[in-house]
Amino acid sequence: MISKRIEQLGGVFLLPVAIAALAFVLIGAPASWVTLTIAGLSMGMMIFLMASGLSLVFGLMDVLNFGHSAFVSFGAFIAASVLTWSAGWLTSDSIALNVLALMLAIMAAISFGLLAGWFFEVVIIKPVYHDHLRQILITMGALIISEQLILAIWGGTPLSVPRPEFLEGAVIWGDVSIEIYRVFAFLVGAVIYAGLYFLFKRTRIGLLIRAGVENREMVEALGYRINRLFLGVFVLGSALAALGGTMWAGYETLISPALGSEMMIVVFIVVIIGGLGSIEGTLLGALIVGLMGNYVGYLAPKLALASNMLIMMAILMWRPSGLKPAVK
Amino acid sequence: MSLLSLTNMQTQIGEYHVLHDVSFDVSEGGVFVLLGRNGAGKTTTLRSIMNMWTPSKGSVKFRGKDISQMHTSDIARMGVAFVPEDMGIFGGLTVEENLVLATASGSFDPQRLERILELFPALKIFWNKQAMKLSGGQKQMLSVARAIIEPRDLILIDEPTKGLAPAIISGMRDAFAEIAQNTTILLVEQNLPFALSLGRDMAVIDDGHVVHTGSMKAFAEDNELQNTLLGLA
Repeated sequence: MISKRIEQLGGVFLLPVAIAALAFVLIGAPASWVTLTIAGLSMGMMIFLMASGLSLVFGLMDVLNFGHSAFVSFGAFIAASVLTWSAGWLTSDSIALNVLALMLAIMAAISFGLLAGWFFEVVIIKPVYHDHLRQILITMGALIISEQLILAIWGGTPLSVPRPEFLEGAVIWGDVSIEIYRVFAFLVGAVIYAGLYFLFKRTRIGLLIRAGVENREMVEALGYRINRLFLGVFVLGSALAALGGTMWAGYETLISPALGSEMMIVVFIVVIIGGLGSIEGTLLGALIVGLMGNYVGYLAPKLALASNMLIMMAILMWRPSGLKPAVK
Repeated sequence: MSLLSLTNMQTQIGEYHVLHDVSFDVSEGGVFVLLGRNGAGKTTTLRSIMNMWTPSKGSVKFRGKDISQMHTSDIARMGVAFVPEDMGIFGGLTVEENLVLATASGSFDPQRLERILELFPALKIFWNKQAMKLSGGQKQMLSVARAIIEPRDLILIDEPTKGLAPAIISGMRDAFAEIAQNTTILLVEQNLPFALSLGRDMAVIDDGHVVHTGSMKAFAEDNELQNTLLGLA
């Protein structure tokens, strides 16, 4: 009876709400809780951007791509370079020039994601379809090579990322301080989620992707080439990862070549928590990881890293396929 | 010319040589039934026709064209539909979405859809429900409806009565009889009364070899042949 009522109220989607409510009690200071919650939601949305493509690629073609986070780090470094190059526009009083510089950085990162994603799928992934061991080896290798490439191009010193002037600072509301960039990152993630939701639920391509995640063979028996669909999803996922890297670079303001490896762990945790092949699941997993990271970082900083692993273990014991996996 | 012609088709799945010599012709119209014991190679034959498992030798000709090396999706676009044994329903999609995916344009022919919903009224009731919530019989109806939502030349159906209640099987038989008036069905079936009531021509497959072909009428009247080929009394 209680579980039915919980299901009616939103089921597993109540989990981030429950975590936030518990954190409210444990933190005790409402102003700090609001700041941490907004930071957590913002971080969650950026992680969602990075992880959504991986989840779909995993769900649709059963391909384990450990190189996915290379798109995140390259997106971050390319965007940082464009922002540095257009520093004059970023510090200008003109919001139009600020926005233009930001858009250039985002477009450069996304364009890289699209092109590199296409190349990566055709050259690296395609030859190892249906072979998990080779997928792991070759994509891990690609991740290492990408890190070395970043070292060769940008050097080993952490790179400072300038932010547009209009996204600097914070809004003070009583005791609550809300960083403008965090709100912006949250909104970008929310808009992308809405776009993906529309794509999946309201378009024929989305219908095909959802069907392909469930049963690739049957989609082909209905007359569709699943490999072409997969290439499209892979390229889209790579571009989203590059966009996520861009947003993350602005959030951190200092990035190092190890960014890809660091984010790979978080992204895989999110995909496993959320369930494979599901956009809703990925969003849910990303928000949980984002919120937990901030709350635990405040309450017990030494446990911050372990908290995501612990929540992943707890969720997998409760739901072995993740919170909201695609139907298989 | 036969609609579908298999000549010395052989299929290997990994190290297993499942089909050794499969040859039969399916003429246009009516129901052609493929009978055989469990594990004889019936499902492999259907999947090989769709190139879900690629035949290693022999030919599969559809309207005279060799399709044995064609991509599954191209075979489907030539007008061959497949209803697999596990029904192949997309459980996370609604009944409507399952049917939409089987149309080339994304929209239904209203008259055709109306007739299909008359044949399978449960689909109308659960139109906007996720297909995973349907019963086994309803899923089978959806799987067949998906195969006929647009005109097809040939429908391959794998054991549609498996696990279904007798009342549903009876309704399914009437539906197949009507569908077979306008298209050709290649039916794999273990339910002999069901197969006998629908089939015009038939073949028996055993251990990867076609061991008998002929008319269903002659087979139905020959108890000794049934006993020899299928182990029935």
